[in-house]
Amino acid sequence: MPLTNNTLNYTLHLADNALILGQRNGEWCAHGPILEQDIAITNITLDLIGQARNFYQNAAACLHESGDPTASEDSLAYLRTEREFKNLLICELPNGDWAQTILRQFFFSTFQLLLFEKMKHSNNEPLVAIAEKSIKETQYHVKWSSEWVIRLGDGTTESHSRITKAVDTLWMYTGEFFIPASYEMIDVASLKNEWMNKVKEVFDEATLTLPENVFMQTGGKNGAHTEHMGFILSELQYLQRVFPGAEW
Amino acid sequence: MNIQIRKFYYGDIPEETAGGPITNVSSDEKAWPLWEVFIRSKQGLDHKHVGSLHAADASMAIENARDVYTRRQEGVSIWVVESKFIHASDPADAESLYEPAADKIYRHPTFYDLPDAVKHM
Repeated sequence: MPLTNNTLNYTLHLADNALILGQRNGEWCAHGPILEQDIAITNITLDLIGQARNFYQNAAACLHESGDPTASEDSLAYLRTEREFKNLLICELPNGDWAQTILRQFFFSTFQLLLFEKMKHSNNEPLVAIAEKSIKETQYHVKWSSEWVIRLGDGTTESHSRITKAVDTLWMYTGEFFIPASYEMIDVASLKNEWMNKVKEVFDEATLTLPENVFMQTGGKNGAHTEHMGFILSELQYLQRVFPGAEW
Repeated sequence: MNIQIRKFYYGDIPEETAGGPITNVSSDEKAWPLWEVFIRSKQGLDHKHVGSLHAADASMAIENARDVYTRRQEGVSIWVVESKFIHASDPADAESLYEPAADKIYRHPTFYDLPDAVKHM
């Protein structure tokens, strides 16, 4: 397949989303509210890191074809700078409390599922294959996170106030899902209605209200990140930066 | 409401240590109930007890079991049952319940000599 810059950038965008959210969720490892949920969130983390690897390997293969033999999944994850990362802002936000982490996962996984279902019917073979594999994982992420949103929203006064606060914090980062970047090969704007319907359905059951007229943050897709991004990368990339080429 | 949970242990554990301490769990506490998990490793086999976990309700118990007990492809089907609904025999009764069977070897089919004429047994 001929390499276009769009294919490469789009693959990196998908990889960065999965890697950065995986890195964030990984911070819960050994800190989950109970053992069972600690394992649940880290399982999801591993699914995301697995997806990131698939996308990075595909991106590296694209780069090989275009004459860059040094590119690898590791070099793409560990040796790019903040402005080169194209992940959505919502992926890099701090975890906050359990409610905020759950809600972010619900927003993101619901979007990712719609995206992968569309990608499955695209004409880019490697992306079709990755989408097919990832859909099964993502269906579970949506199920797990939506049940938690309902549980917290329709739970105690404390859990309701926490998830409400999470909605206030995160909503302004949901608009970016549907504002296409120049390199995007899938029409993300067309996913918005279905995403809103799913979120509304879960919010209704969780006795939560959809915010209205919120200014939406953007920039991540084109490398303009929040102040949190540098800290994630310094932790993620430290080892390869200090000991280049270090291996297990 | 107070729920009294007593966990019993079986097998190689000596009798004096069998039967865990009685813990009183008040429903005011934030603890979730305990569930026993049964996994079927493949089609056609029985569900086997694999362990227990905490969960707020049955669907959460199944998801927790999926995450805790099937992450290395251990199973194709999960049953969960709240631990308080399991009734167990008392280890103190073990002598009267199980030992009388020890000298009744005629209950095993191998005790009987089959006539040569009987085929396919």
